[in-house]
Amino acid sequence: MSELLSANVLTGMLNTMLTLATPLLFAALGETFSQRSGVVNLGVDGIMLLSAFGAFYVVLTNGSLFLGLVVAMLIGIAMGAAMSFVSVTMKAEQGVSGIGLQMFGLGMSSLLFKVMVGTVKTVQGFPRVRIPLLAEIPFLGPILFNNNVLVYIAFALVPICWYVLERTTIGLAIKAVGQNPAAADSRGINVDLVRYGSVCFGAMLAGMAGAAISISTVNLFQDNLTAGQGFIAVALVYFGGWTPVGVMFGALLFSVANSLQLWLQVLGVNVPAGLANMLPYILTIVVLTISVSRGKAPAALNRPFLRGEN
Amino acid sequence: MAGRQHLPAVWSHMTPDLPATRIQHMEMRDIVKTFPGVRANDGVSIDVHSGEVHALLGENGAGKSTLMRQLYGMYQPDSGEIRINDEPVQFRRPLDAIRAGIGMIHQHFMLVPTMTVAENVALGQPSTRGLRLDLDVVSERIATLSEEYGLRVDPEAAIWQLSVGEQQRVEIIKALDLGASLIILDEPTAVLTPQEVDDLFVTLRRMVAEGHSLLFISHKLHEVLDVTDRVTVLRDGASVGSRATKETTRDELVQMMVGRELGDLEIREASTGEAAIEISGLRVLGDRGEEIVRGVDLTVHHGEILGIAGVSGNGQRELAEALSGVREATAGRVKIDGTEITSAPLNERVAAGLSFVPEERMRDGAIGEFTVQENVFLHDHDEPEFCRGIFLKFPQMAEHAESLVSQFAVKTPGLDTPLKNLSGGNIQKLILARELSREPRVLIASQPTRGVDIGASEYIHQVLLEQRDAGMAILLISEDLEEIQTLSDRIAVIYNGRIVGTVERSEADAQSIGVLMAGGSLQQAHQETAERD
Repeated sequence: MSELLSANVLTGMLNTMLTLATPLLFAALGETFSQRSGVVNLGVDGIMLLSAFGAFYVVLTNGSLFLGLVVAMLIGIAMGAAMSFVSVTMKAEQGVSGIGLQMFGLGMSSLLFKVMVGTVKTVQGFPRVRIPLLAEIPFLGPILFNNNVLVYIAFALVPICWYVLERTTIGLAIKAVGQNPAAADSRGINVDLVRYGSVCFGAMLAGMAGAAISISTVNLFQDNLTAGQGFIAVALVYFGGWTPVGVMFGALLFSVANSLQLWLQVLGVNVPAGLANMLPYILTIVVLTISVSRGKAPAALNRPFLRGEN
Repeated sequence: MAGRQHLPAVWSHMTPDLPATRIQHMEMRDIVKTFPGVRANDGVSIDVHSGEVHALLGENGAGKSTLMRQLYGMYQPDSGEIRINDEPVQFRRPLDAIRAGIGMIHQHFMLVPTMTVAENVALGQPSTRGLRLDLDVVSERIATLSEEYGLRVDPEAAIWQLSVGEQQRVEIIKALDLGASLIILDEPTAVLTPQEVDDLFVTLRRMVAEGHSLLFISHKLHEVLDVTDRVTVLRDGASVGSRATKETTRDELVQMMVGRELGDLEIREASTGEAAIEISGLRVLGDRGEEIVRGVDLTVHHGEILGIAGVSGNGQRELAEALSGVREATAGRVKIDGTEITSAPLNERVAAGLSFVPEERMRDGAIGEFTVQENVFLHDHDEPEFCRGIFLKFPQMAEHAESLVSQFAVKTPGLDTPLKNLSGGNIQKLILARELSREPRVLIASQPTRGVDIGASEYIHQVLLEQRDAGMAILLISEDLEEIQTLSDRIAVIYNGRIVGTVERSEADAQSIGVLMAGGSLQQAHQETAERD
């Protein structure tokens, strides 16, 4: 147990935390945009799975890492467009269409994996990039500035997303559409277009989340690779009160628990593996129960918009 | 126009540019619009000139809003034509109408409550800084418009913090800031206090003086006669006729609206008896856990109608809910003929002689999908007269429902018609019939004629007066001041959860009640009346 407290282990654990938080952060930031415009996309996990496979397959067949990432983003956008079509254009129940998207992603990624790859193979993922000088800072340097490029991008997106939502005309339009689409419509804003844009952008980030697992963390693909992280990401949006910074803290909290249980296993601490695996999920439920943030939810969340109906 | 130049539109396909020309003359010709099963507009024509106020008058469901929504691009007409400055135009969406210089103040405000005034005004408009918001610039424009048209409002305030009157000013600023020269006002006074109505009319007159055209939707005759130049009356989707306001009378307009002449209500001298319902020190919490009824003392006697006047949101809804048992009272007592029912369950309240006509009739008073007959028996299905054990006696039920329907002149195709297919007036008549059929001693009637056509309102008023004469105590809660004044023997004004004054029928005038409704004192009210006289 004393090993757990040594500086090296602590550094390693916190660094792992950032790596584990990255896919959650991408997905939850994306879902924040989607929900701010009034669309709950429960299909995040399915998008992550199919994108993760796409990125993995591109890299496996000697495509570049960059190309793999782009393919993951494109798969995300395509699935986001499908989600938008069903729930925005056709006004279907969002919860149901999201679950449909999740089942599709889960099944399709498994099928493609069996047909096109067959056995578990690993790829060379995004390498760690040490940022000169900054990485030399004692303790914090190795934690913060010795990560792969997707980790840097994910955390850089937090202030960028905040700026877009709070300081631009686009953000104002997105929030208005999520709060009172009739008001936005009466100001000449194209409600459906804003929702398409937000959902597709969110799904693109979900695609990056998938890539952040398959070609930058575990560097392989297998059935149900995400293990429900897409759903955790949706929960984090509620936890984070629909703000990028809140979502980031949620992702870190979940990951610190996850990182702790991983390191406990690595260090051979005698905890049943199943119990340790459950820890982050239990924590999520507990925190969600305590942090009642319902009041901050976009007022038009889950409600399709039909002009003149109010 | 308030200091605003043409801006570089960043996403010009989505955001409105300022209209190029002012609307001198707008004309809608032979507009036909059908929805499944309803002909909402049947060949309606209307026109308005710059510097003119044209009223669109009609009952609920006459097609006024539908017509205006077509002018604002929310619906497209099936046939007919819209011309602006003698050019035919087509509006496929609100943006097209905005670009042509049309603004609309909706009855339900189109505001985002969580955002500030400035953000609401900035919404959908190009920023002077490209994609970056320019709320400081927008705030300056708001200040200029406030000055010019007498529209006081703080650009930094969040919408949810504002009063309804202030929110309406934001709506007008939004329209003016987009350069609208023709503004549609959909029932703009429905939610305002009499003083706020006066302020609004001042603003409207300034707008007209600046050459704006106004289309004013209303069903309140005195307002129409006060502020408009011309009136077009709609009935059942068709245009009944247009008149110059100066050349018409109230009676003529009523007849055009209703299709017949209205009788005069006969109000007999009240013969007040014993106290029927006594409310003392009643306190009730609102939806957000704040105390919204803060110590109300009221007594209504047998044979008396006590009207509660007040701007909505001052506790009257919660007061009614506490009396009906839907909401818990945190303190105080309520007695019916001496029996305490403060925290009694519904059945005991009914047994004590209480009946209710709830404010939200389709939410709390009836079930739209149920038939007329089923709605009659929502509560009384377990009376021995109508059931044996768990089995319903259908013949007796049908007979009872039938007698209520004919007695109260409810227009329905049959007893098995889903209630939602009836008009608002007929639904309300049925609810009233049901509540009165128990022969209650006390009736709590909340907004009994809201959204009800003039004919049915008249009937409901008659019934309430008859019941009063027969000795019933009626607590009438209404935001319609005219209704309160017509029916009430005494008027209590509620403000901020307290009764701020009670006046007898003889001394009640709209002005002094208005002062009380806005939170003034009885003294102030008398003073103002005196100054006016």
